[in-house]
Amino acid sequence: MRRVGDGPFPHEWLLAGGAESAAAACGHVWSVATRRNQPRPGFEDMMATSLSASDHGAGSPHGEGTSKRDFLKLVTGAAALVGTGAIVWPLIDSMNPSQDVLALGSIEVNLDPIQAGMGITVLWRGKPIFVRHRTEKEIKEAEDVSLSALSDPETDAARIKAGHAQWIVVVGICTHLGCVPLGNKPSDPRGEWGGWFCPCHGSQYDTSGRVRHGPAPANLPVPPYAFETDTKIKIG
Amino acid sequence: MVGLHKSEFKNPLVRWIDTRLPVFTMMQNEYGSFPTPRNFNYFWNFGALAMVAMMIMIITGIFLAMNYVPNTALAFDSVERIMRDVNYGWLIRYVHMNGASMFFVVVYIHIFRGLYYGSYKTPRELLWMLGVVILLLMMMTAFMGYVLPWGQMSYWGATVITNLFSAFPIVGKSIVTWLWGGFSVDNPTLNRFFSLHYLLPFVIVAVVFLHVAALHITGSNNPLGIEPKGPQDTLPFHPYYTVKDSVGICVFLIVYAALVFFAPNFLGNPDNYIPANPMVTPAEIVPEWYLLPYYAILRSVPNKLGGVLMMFGSILVLFVLPWLDTSPVRSARFRPIFRQLVLLLVIDVIVLGDVGAHRPEGWWVVVGRLATTYYFLFFLVLLPVVGKLERPLKLPDSISKPVLGGGGPLPGGAPAKPMEKA
Repeated sequence: MRRVGDGPFPHEWLLAGGAESAAAACGHVWSVATRRNQPRPGFEDMMATSLSASDHGAGSPHGEGTSKRDFLKLVTGAAALVGTGAIVWPLIDSMNPSQDVLALGSIEVNLDPIQAGMGITVLWRGKPIFVRHRTEKEIKEAEDVSLSALSDPETDAARIKAGHAQWIVVVGICTHLGCVPLGNKPSDPRGEWGGWFCPCHGSQYDTSGRVRHGPAPANLPVPPYAFETDTKIKIG
Repeated sequence: MVGLHKSEFKNPLVRWIDTRLPVFTMMQNEYGSFPTPRNFNYFWNFGALAMVAMMIMIITGIFLAMNYVPNTALAFDSVERIMRDVNYGWLIRYVHMNGASMFFVVVYIHIFRGLYYGSYKTPRELLWMLGVVILLLMMMTAFMGYVLPWGQMSYWGATVITNLFSAFPIVGKSIVTWLWGGFSVDNPTLNRFFSLHYLLPFVIVAVVFLHVAALHITGSNNPLGIEPKGPQDTLPFHPYYTVKDSVGICVFLIVYAALVFFAPNFLGNPDNYIPANPMVTPAEIVPEWYLLPYYAILRSVPNKLGGVLMMFGSILVLFVLPWLDTSPVRSARFRPIFRQLVLLLVIDVIVLGDVGAHRPEGWWVVVGRLATTYYFLFFLVLLPVVGKLERPLKLPDSISKPVLGGGGPLPGGAPAKPMEKA
């Protein structure tokens, strides 16, 4: 493989001297030829000026031509940038959730069949959602905890909908490393605080879905939901 | 050949890289100071335009593939999902769909430029042949891409084109079965077409690289078809031709955008919005417009194998074009007879395209046969003969002479050499 710059490149054969760079030679000839054959002022002069300036390694030439060229460069560059952005954004946005994915973004859950002490798991946006019907005892346990005993302090009232204290709805993904905790079925291990127990690294949650024992750093998040009737909620 | 490159760049980071891997020097030599004939007209834009079209196709294609499903049960619906549900999916698909047409328009004009100005002649034969390879790869890629939406035209187009190979005696049937991966165009066919449709563009990129590398060895041809004799005949590629190409790219993008936004389905066939049905053949099967001339040649020959051979031959003849043309003069400007014939060939190919779009009935058959005859007559008979008989016009002494008027000895330039043919 021939190394670039070693020559002979075709243009070096073409050049009489071979030593000069083609740009310099061409620029020089161009400016001379322009002055002799095309007496029109303006663009050609501008090109010639700029070329002979670059021939001698000087900085940008001064005068009217320079500011006009700078302006043109700026406007062209800006237009190219905006144009590129205008086509790059659709490409990037096409990787965002599509309309059919967003349409599945909300689900309705019928609460009727869920007995007190039971929980169900529903799928919402590809994630398990725990919907649990708490007993009076469980509600009381959740309400009576002092905030200082919690590693992620949050009152039970802030995690339920007022008037529906028996229902707790949380995203069933352990905040440690994303496992699904156990505890929806009464036969599951529910941990010391009677909520959920994560089989992966032993994190425990109380009946309000708040973390009570390590390594999980935060409470199970509450998804956005609303009661449509007393026995039906809409998640999302 | 071992040793660090002596970089001329001042910026320390650029210099550090350039010393170890002289890509900046290479870019400067090949696209900065690269000496380019000073007399290019706008026909010389089309190589750069083809490059732009290719990049647009690859980028939009990658994003389409993120949402497309190559399965006969899901393909059509996945394309509709792209059109309706994926954010800007309609835009990306329309850009890709019409991009194929824009790519072919640009490449056909590029090929015409090569024909008209004799760019295929020595020493650019290999450059030309690499171009023909690119054309073949493009046709394969476009055909397989057209199959992917799994509409009626996709399905029946795939059936007809793959069945072409059944024309070959003895092995024909086995080849077709092998192409299909079954006993008809079906899921295995769709899967492999998707795989190859994703692969071939990158093969095209590789061949384009060779095409450009070869171009930078021979240097560009020019409208006069005579070699530059010194620096007075050339301009540095940058800024002169980067700017001239940019003008062309702007016009190209305007036309392209007009097509995408105002008539995205103008060049397509409405039947392809009907899901593929192996039980019903559409009333009229036509390929995309850019394949129509070959289709016309196929149908003009009243023999199955003959038609297939003629169709493939119409491309293959381009490979030997540099040796079929016996004239040492490149540019048609100085070849009065060739000029008429090559322009007639352009009309001929357009007529073939029109014939390909119509049912082979009545006088369309006659026109198709006449046009096919002229196509092959041009390459196989007229080119060799006219090259010998024609008396070319006097070539100019140099490129700079007609461009700059006076000519004569220029300061710093090589002295004008005697007239040189080809």
